[in-house]
Amino acid sequence: MSEDVTLSNISMDFGKFRAVDHVDITIKAGEFFSFLGPSGCGKTTILRLISGFMDPTEGKVLIGGKDMTGTRPNERPTALIFQNLALFPLMPIWENIAFGLEVRGIDKVTRRAKAEELLKLVDLHDSADKKVSQLSGGQKQRVAIARALAVEPKVMLLDEPLSALDLKLRQHMRAELRAIQKRTGVTFIYITHDQGEALAMSDRVGVMSQGVLQQVATPNEIYNNPANGFVASFVGENNIFDGKIKSIKSGEADYETSLGNFAAKIGPDVSKDTAVRLYVRPEHCTLSKTAAKTGNSIAVEVTEAAFEGNFINVFLRDKVGNTHMAQVQNDPGAPPPQRGSKVQMNFDADHGVLLAHAKTRS
Amino acid sequence: MSELIRRYGTSLTWIIIAFTAFWLLVLVLIPNFVLFEFSFKPYLPVDQLGGPKDFYSLNNYWTFFTSPIHIRIFFQTVLYSSAVTILCLLLSYPLAYFLAKVVDAKTAPSIFLLLIIPLWVSEILRSFAWFIILAYNGPLNALLQGIGLEPVRWITGFNAVIIGLIYSYLLFMLLPIYNAISSLDTNQIEASEDLGASLWRTHWRVVIPHSKPGIASGCVMVFMLCAGSVIVPSTLASPSSRWFTEIIQQWMFEGLDWNTGAAYAFLLLALCIIFVSLVMRVLNVRLVDIAK
Repeated sequence: MSEDVTLSNISMDFGKFRAVDHVDITIKAGEFFSFLGPSGCGKTTILRLISGFMDPTEGKVLIGGKDMTGTRPNERPTALIFQNLALFPLMPIWENIAFGLEVRGIDKVTRRAKAEELLKLVDLHDSADKKVSQLSGGQKQRVAIARALAVEPKVMLLDEPLSALDLKLRQHMRAELRAIQKRTGVTFIYITHDQGEALAMSDRVGVMSQGVLQQVATPNEIYNNPANGFVASFVGENNIFDGKIKSIKSGEADYETSLGNFAAKIGPDVSKDTAVRLYVRPEHCTLSKTAAKTGNSIAVEVTEAAFEGNFINVFLRDKVGNTHMAQVQNDPGAPPPQRGSKVQMNFDADHGVLLAHAKTRS
Repeated sequence: MSELIRRYGTSLTWIIIAFTAFWLLVLVLIPNFVLFEFSFKPYLPVDQLGGPKDFYSLNNYWTFFTSPIHIRIFFQTVLYSSAVTILCLLLSYPLAYFLAKVVDAKTAPSIFLLLIIPLWVSEILRSFAWFIILAYNGPLNALLQGIGLEPVRWITGFNAVIIGLIYSYLLFMLLPIYNAISSLDTNQIEASEDLGASLWRTHWRVVIPHSKPGIASGCVMVFMLCAGSVIVPSTLASPSSRWFTEIIQQWMFEGLDWNTGAAYAFLLLALCIIFVSLVMRVLNVRLVDIAK
């Protein structure tokens, strides 16, 4: 059915440039795993290493425990869905889907039947004889999925396949992909720079920056307990404060900034001498007229209030000129914060976390 | 038309059209019509022109069909032009694929330069160069003997003509195929491999179908250039190899019989048209695809 994939301490160099740096991880069989990171972070390189278009400079790729070094893509139990889908425009839809079966020498009648069956699976019943150019973006997407499923891969690799679709279709296809993955039980490895996609679909997410795997955890864990400053600022929004730790007492630190001292909890692997920043999510910030008695409070001025419906994003400026954001619930009874008004931004010590900078190359 | 006027203004548009019309009418159509008319008239001394013997007939064409040697040369020209076309295709396709998809973008221009530099020398000189290279006591045989092989008599039958024609027209095959393969999305090649296809099948099912218009235009071009070539066959010919263009040249310049020469030339033209339609039928491409 499906196989696990182990990246055993792999690195990949292109000339002097190191695209992937000592990535070491096992993706479980049947898991929906996402690599999340900005463009140029090495995630596409990882996908090409797993699919076999290149072999790592150091380390090994194992699929189902078998060393894949030197095995070409056409002999690996993987199927890749390309960012631009790479459907064959000169073949009708059903031949596209059955291409993997054709190269395995399966007869035409069986091929056609299998293609029809897969077209049903992806909800495209009457499209077998259509041309690729006759389909819409979302339909092409489904054909690409069907074509990859036809070869019954143990591992499915997806390279930002939703990036070309419009927002509504993208959200629909997210649910669809997730459903197909659960139905088939195939291991899905998904590459994206869109945190919404990664968080909504995945069992686990690996966040990458500059070729280094920063954190591997469930979406919930990634958002609520980021391992370092890169993860915190790449996934979701954060208000960031520069400063340094003065003292640490029972997991809580006294943090000194140009705006005064704050109490905050300390992140993983942070000690008194670690270079850190303070991260506070906008939804954990509250606004009040006067400073709160307990917790942290900063005097700020409202520069903008963006009404988003169920909540309001309030943009604020502190006395040294840095901007912050507080996300407050929409309250039909109260007027939205006025631009120019002087308020206090408050957050609990529990919700401010001191995180080290991103892991860099070793 | 209205688009042209909008872009270039009325007067410039008419000038452009006038030049195109001049080229097409005066330099292409009229000479061809004149020759076409010639081909149906007998070759007569000047004082008998317009006389009782000057009437239209198919006699000039009949001359060809009653001369077994000319018929044989005609079919040899077809056969060896086809052979050159196929050999050019076999040589060009791997090279075009290599240049378009394997070599990195920085090296490809230098390779192209190396391929194009020989074209800076005129065709006559290049043919003579091959004549020297292939001569029995020439450098190629010296090389063969140097590595302990027997010398080969290259310039015999159609051998040297075929070598010379391949050398002269290879680029006309290479460039259209290169263009066609370049326009193929590399992801499609990778997708095919990822789905389990062997290299051979990826070419058969993905790369070749995509580059068919390029292959067709390359074949058409090389065949027509070969069938119409004069310099290479007359330079590199052996006593037993004659090219149909040489017969036309003989009628026109040695026999001064433009009428029979014209008839022969139109037979060659007809042949080329038949070949082009055949290639298009076999490869299932339309004329517009080739024109691209």
